Amino acid sequence: MSTRHILLGLLASGPSHGYDLKRRHDERFPQARPLAYGQVYTTLQRLVRDGLAEVDGTASDGGPERTAYRATDEGARELERWAGEIAPPAPFVTNEIFAKVVVSILTGGDAGAYLLAQRAAHMGRMRELTALKTAPGADLTTVLSADYALSHLDADLRWMTTTAARLTTLTTEVRTA
Amino acid sequence: MTHGDTATATHGTAAPPLLTARDLVKAHGRTEALRGASLGLRAGEILAVTGASGSGKSTLLHCLAGIVRPDAGSVTYGGLRLEELPEKRLSELRRTDFGVVFQFGQLIPELTAVDNVALPLLLAGTTRAEARARAGEWLERFGVRGQEELRPGEMSGGQAQRAALARALVTGPKAVFADEPTGALDSLATEQVMTALAHTARESGTAVLLVTHDAQVAAYADREVRLRDGAVSPLEVTA
Repeated sequence: MSTRHILLGLLASGPSHGYDLKRRHDERFPQARPLAYGQVYTTLQRLVRDGLAEVDGTASDGGPERTAYRATDEGARELERWAGEIAPPAPFVTNEIFAKVVVSILTGGDAGAYLLAQRAAHMGRMRELTALKTAPGADLTTVLSADYALSHLDADLRWMTTTAARLTTLTTEVRTA
Repeated sequence: MTHGDTATATHGTAAPPLLTARDLVKAHGRTEALRGASLGLRAGEILAVTGASGSGKSTLLHCLAGIVRPDAGSVTYGGLRLEELPEKRLSELRRTDFGVVFQFGQLIPELTAVDNVALPLLLAGTTRAEARARAGEWLERFGVRGQEELRPGEMSGGQAQRAALARALVTGPKAVFADEPTGALDSLATEQVMTALAHTARESGTAVLLVTHDAQVAAYADREVRLRDGAVSPLEVTA
C-alpha cells in the first residue's frame, strides 16, 4: 500500500493539514491499520521534497500552528498514473499458515489440530467482521472493507480445508524430501 | 428482545437447549449419513452447521426439524421426543413451532408472494384478511416491498428467498431450519438474505439452524458446528 499516493489522493479535494489527513484516512479505510501521525508528517515532507505537494500556508486557530499542504500539478499527474496502474497479482503470497503446517510436520507436531485451531480463529474474526458490516447504520465504506477482509479470510479457510484433507500425502512428501 | 439480551441468552450456558440431538444415526440405503451426531440448539441463537458435501448436514437438519426420523438416537424438543411422536402430532409441531427454508425456497409458483407467506397462517385457522395483512408486514420486514402481488417466477432469486424466509417466520416459530438458503444466490443477494434473516431472527428471538457450506454465510451465526462423516467432533465446535 502506498501511503504517499493515498495522501495525495486525499489532498486532491483541496489543501489539508496532517491531522486532518490522518483522520480522513482512518475514516475512509476503517479496516486498514490507522496511520501514525509521524508517518503522515514524514510522508508529507517527502511529497514536498519530490515536488508532488507544497505548503499551502500555516494557521493556528488559537491552538498549535498547523501547516496545510496542497498537491502540485506534478502530484496530480503522478496520482493519475498510480491510480490507473495495474496492481500486480501477488506472485508469491506470504503464507504463514502453510509454513506452520510444514514445520509442524517436520517436527512431528499435530498439523491437523493446528489447522482446526487456526480455522476457529479465522471463523471468529469473520463473525466479528460480519457483525461490523451488518450493524445498523454501517456505511458502505465499512461494508466494503469488511467484505474485502472476509473474502481473504474465506480464501484462507478454503485452502485450510483442502490442506487438512491432504495432510497424509503432504506428511509423506515432506518427510521423504 | 434486544440484540444484547439475545447475545446473553445465546452465549450463556445456564439455559438448557431448545432442541437437543443425541447420538443420531441415519442411513439412506447403504450409505450412513449420520453416525452418532449430537448437538444442542439454544433458544434465540443462530447456529451454523458446516461440513463438506456428504458430511450429513442436511440429514441432521431433517432429523432435527422432524422431517425424517432417525434410525437411532433421539431428538428432544420441549420435553417431547420427536422420533416417538405420531406423524399427525409431528406435522402439527412443524406447523406451529418450526419454520423451514430450503435452497430453492419452494414457494408455490401459482400463488403471489403475499399469499405464499399467508399460507401457514391460513392453515392455522387465521382469517384470510388477517393472514394477508400479517404476511404483508413480514414481507416488509424482509425488505420485499412492492412485490407482494408478484408470483415467485416474476421475482429475483434473492427476493423469492426472502419471501420464503418471511413464510418460515410468519407463524412466530421457536426455531427456523434453513438448508443452504443462499446456495443459489450471488454474493450481493446472499448478503441481503442473510442480513434480513439474522436481524429478524434476533429481533424475534427465533433460533435458527443454518446448514451451509459457505464460511461467509456461517459467519452470520453465533456459533458453528462442523460435521465430518456424519458426526460432530468436539474439537470442531467453535464458539
